[in-house]
Amino acid sequence: MREVAVLGTGMTRFGELWDRSFREIGIEAGLQALVDAKLSSKDLSALYLGSMASGPLLDQEHIAPLILDYAGLAGRHLPAIRIEGGGASGALALHQGYLAVASGQYDYVVVGGAEKLTDVPDTTGNQIASASADHEWEVVFGATLPALWALIARRHMHQYGTTPEQLAQVAVHAHAMGAKNPLAHYRNRLTVAQVLGASRVAEPLGMFDCAPLSDGAAAVVLGPLSEAKRHTDTPIRIAASSVATDTMALQHRRDPTVLESTRVAAQNAFRAARLTPSDVQVAEIHDGYTISALVALEDLGFVEKGQAGPAFERGEFTGRGRLMMNPSGGLKAQGRPFGAVGVAQVVEIVRQLRGAAGDRQVPNVRVGLTHDVGGTGATSVVHLLERGEP
Amino acid sequence: MSIARFWRATPQRYNLGASKCTVCQQVYFPPRTVCPNCTHHRESIGKMQPLQLSGDGEVISYTIVHDAAEGFEMQVPYVLALVRTDEGPVLTGAVVDVSPSEVTIGLRVRATFRKLREEGKAGVIHYGYKFAPRETAPAPGAPPTG
Repeated sequence: MREVAVLGTGMTRFGELWDRSFREIGIEAGLQALVDAKLSSKDLSALYLGSMASGPLLDQEHIAPLILDYAGLAGRHLPAIRIEGGGASGALALHQGYLAVASGQYDYVVVGGAEKLTDVPDTTGNQIASASADHEWEVVFGATLPALWALIARRHMHQYGTTPEQLAQVAVHAHAMGAKNPLAHYRNRLTVAQVLGASRVAEPLGMFDCAPLSDGAAAVVLGPLSEAKRHTDTPIRIAASSVATDTMALQHRRDPTVLESTRVAAQNAFRAARLTPSDVQVAEIHDGYTISALVALEDLGFVEKGQAGPAFERGEFTGRGRLMMNPSGGLKAQGRPFGAVGVAQVVEIVRQLRGAAGDRQVPNVRVGLTHDVGGTGATSVVHLLERGEP
Repeated sequence: MSIARFWRATPQRYNLGASKCTVCQQVYFPPRTVCPNCTHHRESIGKMQPLQLSGDGEVISYTIVHDAAEGFEMQVPYVLALVRTDEGPVLTGAVVDVSPSEVTIGLRVRATFRKLREEGKAGVIHYGYKFAPRETAPAPGAPPTG
């Protein structure tokens, strides 16, 4: 297996992009990444595209060749493969692209993620989000994706004393960072009182505990690390790419406050990269719901189980500790176009490691982590990224 | 959801049909064809036996849902819970016949046969289990109340 580097990044603004189509945003992100990587499209070997629900959202499946076609590349007859894994679709696509380059099968691939969620009413978008849970044994009985995460939150509060205020601070942090990100869906700041006072979705979670439904696309170009210097002064090495799974339904987990898939994906990633959580300075973590981020910080190994609430309150992940969480604003503020999320997380970490993250640049970063989740954790994906020696 | 798709799961949704691994004695709901617990899964093939859950259990987590699942819009706010049955499996279901503010972790409940949801005015009506506090729940086998 050879070493793989991220050579270029591209991303559209996330949000309500009513004037733009799925294919337009997909192409914008992909072409940006190609230009950033100084890669001619004639050197491209393949496209991997993460999308969760283009069928129910747009009545359009078979989207990978569609995007290549409208990027002007139909005549190259390249392999183009769409990957689905609920909200983790983009991160899974990255895993596939990584394997393809690492194996030597392909030299240069574009990994994209795209979703267009505001072409349907919110209720439809929410139903589609819930389709990443177990339809027959959860949704039929009244569960929604936020309701399932609320069950995790209530149990976490019961077992560990986590408070609604601690959850609220996750959203407050997300919006504080989103305010500095020109591509973010939400750029307004929030207060704890606003989060706690928002209308309830599934108690203890309210509207501002939940990430929005967004439109958006993101893309990266991957290639062999040995060739990276021809494309960029700051190649970012993928130190590990790790996928793990668990039971589909939350009800079948031994402990509903633990995402075993996240634990396993993280342990495997850290072992493969010969790194530990204390080596990581910046991380993009799944905060689809405020509780998701706290549980993830524990299961990734950044803090002991049950202790994320108090640690977050002390500022350990928001500037006062070794790790900065979600400088992009995360799913909560940067936005949640399902299939694009996992790729956008990597775009942010690469920009941070290159020192090109503008107002939200985290100082002195060398190792970054991304963490994406499908459903309530039937799939978790962890990537570790490292800046090469100058 | 098509009629056939819902109808296929009638034994589980109406009668809490579960399965038990005769190798390790673990009980599963919904029924499994292989046991996730036995180290060598092949040992359990053909050795999973049907078993009916009693329907008695305890709330291990709950939420009050305001933004309803499809087909549950008329029921908000409703309580959705994880219920650990006395036989072991955990089920996801609504808790009814109780004020949402009275539901707690540890509440003893019993499964009760109810209407779950309907697919519009002319659509299929889905029935299945919900849970009610143990004191108010009808005994198993009693006729449904609503």
